[in-house]
Amino acid sequence: MSRTDSETDAGPSESGAERSVESPALGAENLTVSLGGVEVLSGVDLAVEPGELVGLVGPNGAGKTTLLRALRGSLDLDAGTARVGGDPVADLPAKEVARRVASVPQDATPSFEFTVEQVVEMGRTPHRSRFSGPDAADAAAVEEALDRTAVAQFADRPVTAVSGGERQRVLLARALAQSTPALLLDEPTAGLDVNHAVRTLELVSELVAEGKAALAAIHDLDLAARYCDRIVVLSDGAVLAAGPPEGVLTRGSIREAFDARAAITEDAATGAPRVTPLPDVAEDASTGRIHVVGTGGRAASMVGRLAAAGHAVSLGVAPSGDAAAATAREVGAETFLVPAFAGVNDDAREAAAERAEGADAVVVVGEPAAGNRAVSETVPPDRRVLVDCGSLDGTMVDDEDVVETVGEVVADADENRVGGFRFG
Amino acid sequence: MRTLTRTAGWSAALCCLLAVVVTASAALGPVRVPPVEVAKVLLNGLAVPASVEFGVRDTVGPLLVPSVDVGFAPVFAYSVEDLHRQIVVNIRLPRILLGAVVGFGLAAAGTVMQGFFRNPMADPSIIGVSSGAATGAVAFLVFPATIPFGFGLQGAAFCGALLAAFGVYAIATRNGHTPVATLLLAGVAVQTFLGAVISYLQLQAENNLREVVAWLMGHLGNASWDEVRVTVVAVPLLFLVLLAYARDLNVLLLGEEEARGLGIAVERTKFVLLSVSALITAAGVAVTGVIGFVGLIIPHMLRLVVGPDHRILLPTAALAGSSFLVAADTVARLGAAELPVGVVTAAVGAPFFLFLLRRREVHEL
Repeated sequence: MSRTDSETDAGPSESGAERSVESPALGAENLTVSLGGVEVLSGVDLAVEPGELVGLVGPNGAGKTTLLRALRGSLDLDAGTARVGGDPVADLPAKEVARRVASVPQDATPSFEFTVEQVVEMGRTPHRSRFSGPDAADAAAVEEALDRTAVAQFADRPVTAVSGGERQRVLLARALAQSTPALLLDEPTAGLDVNHAVRTLELVSELVAEGKAALAAIHDLDLAARYCDRIVVLSDGAVLAAGPPEGVLTRGSIREAFDARAAITEDAATGAPRVTPLPDVAEDASTGRIHVVGTGGRAASMVGRLAAAGHAVSLGVAPSGDAAAATAREVGAETFLVPAFAGVNDDAREAAAERAEGADAVVVVGEPAAGNRAVSETVPPDRRVLVDCGSLDGTMVDDEDVVETVGEVVADADENRVGGFRFG
Repeated sequence: MRTLTRTAGWSAALCCLLAVVVTASAALGPVRVPPVEVAKVLLNGLAVPASVEFGVRDTVGPLLVPSVDVGFAPVFAYSVEDLHRQIVVNIRLPRILLGAVVGFGLAAAGTVMQGFFRNPMADPSIIGVSSGAATGAVAFLVFPATIPFGFGLQGAAFCGALLAAFGVYAIATRNGHTPVATLLLAGVAVQTFLGAVISYLQLQAENNLREVVAWLMGHLGNASWDEVRVTVVAVPLLFLVLLAYARDLNVLLLGEEEARGLGIAVERTKFVLLSVSALITAAGVAVTGVIGFVGLIIPHMLRLVVGPDHRILLPTAALAGSSFLVAADTVARLGAAELPVGVVTAAVGAPFFLFLLRRREVHEL
């Protein structure tokens, strides 16, 4: 008896794993697709297990939508196999595919005045025979879908008369009414406000927790990081990286996939990776070398914004565990750090002062302690930009004006240099 | 269920309208028959199956061929003046019935084509059915000898219609896919080509040019029970097929890819819808000639009233098409000289369509 128990104890997880290995809800093997003679997907491998939300990220044109379309059997494949529930999509009749996978399209602009409820009812199509009316199961599924997506309150309105965000939820409701074990979502949060974007993804997470498998193309990397169990980065039709968000959303993968600079930090509220895209440094802009003196979130924001404006930023002296130091690292700024709580030592101060002296402007955030005061004073007052710092001479500005003021200071410095003068 | 109730309600109302229009139409003409008399004649015509007799019709060797005789008993037996009965039953009713059935079929096919193509300008002739019918009919009228197998005018028109429709379908199909846009453009091209053929044939027509023009403009005249029989049976049966596909047509409105995602076998559904619509249209225009605008404006009108759901739209548009064509034909035959009914439908239909356009932007269906 006890032996049997121990066997069954070990059993479920093992057999569950086995079953899912055999037939993931959604699968792609060496998937290769051409559209109009151009290879859009080349050799994509992917599997989404029940109870898993996988985020598909990548730049425009990476093949996200194509992958979703291939998985639901809308496209002819050049090579490879797309599977739903273990069977190749190409071998299944449309009705069977529609019972296994539902999709929320990206831009369905309805041109017919069906009511919201009628559109959601259409989700029941694969479950109904041609000659029968809707049965109790259909009615229950439609009602549940309307409720869970919070579209019940405008169920009687024509779908052409609801806002874009509401329409997006109507399409999600339709996919829910389809009662499939797998969901494909193409930009489910595009066009949604912050509240509804989060609520939509919460709902998808809920459905996934109930055992559905979901594959979602998501533009917003922060939301993707927060809600997805795994992330697949697509670039040029191939999988660039795949795995848990914190392993996949790195500066390197973002640069490679999106050809963009980004800062990756940990979101203070959710602990998920947070991706802040930075513009490429514009060559002709009035950019200069800026030294920032300060600590904490405000200084961090200053460093980020100045780097985003294209300046070469340095920071110091700051404690090594500080928020500003973390941001500076992410944007690639030079830092002059001391161990936390150790106080500014001479070496660090001298190094920072040397760097500050050569800078076009020094931004001081808050009242600096003695060591950093010396760093700040290495440049003349007309090259100091001060935020909440009354003890030094210089240009006093509010937080939001810093970038603009720094730009002016740098421009002045450039002019002086052209004129052959250089103050200080 | 709500859909079913709405469908039944609207259909019942439109059936009443049709009954009124038919009665009025049968009453009007060179000889006025009082509407009450007409109603009595119509009611006398009603019969219910009253008895069923089984028997042995024949013996083929050891096999017995059974026979089933259904006896019909008239329900009403009003006394009606015989002249009036003759006029209504033998002269006016075939024509009215033909108008009703053809209007029914054209409006139904037009509704399906507009939904199918997701295009407000689509009508039953969009895939070349009418042009094909016209080519067949005109060729028959101009060179009777060229049409093989001894088909009559109607046979020639019917074959022309189906050849054109399935020709367009075949042209637009590649690798088992029939893109709607290709179908639309192929339809336009074939219509243009057939238009040239018809023009050429008209130039060749000397003695029967008048006949050709009359056919091209559409007419319901000279309908006898014999000519009407096939159409009257075929169109309602084919309509039932379209009705069975009403829900699929709704889903198709979302776009083909969406429809496939919702489990519709898109190519098969498209083929069924197209071929049944083509058959319905061909069955009508082969008898009556080209009657325009019924299949274009009636679906639009009804869509404004009952909405886009084909489960309601299809039966209501078809019934409204019946009433419209019967009414239009009544107007056509009441004048001093009988007008082709196509002239009336176009003359009434086009301004009404423009009114709709101005009233409400019909850039969407």
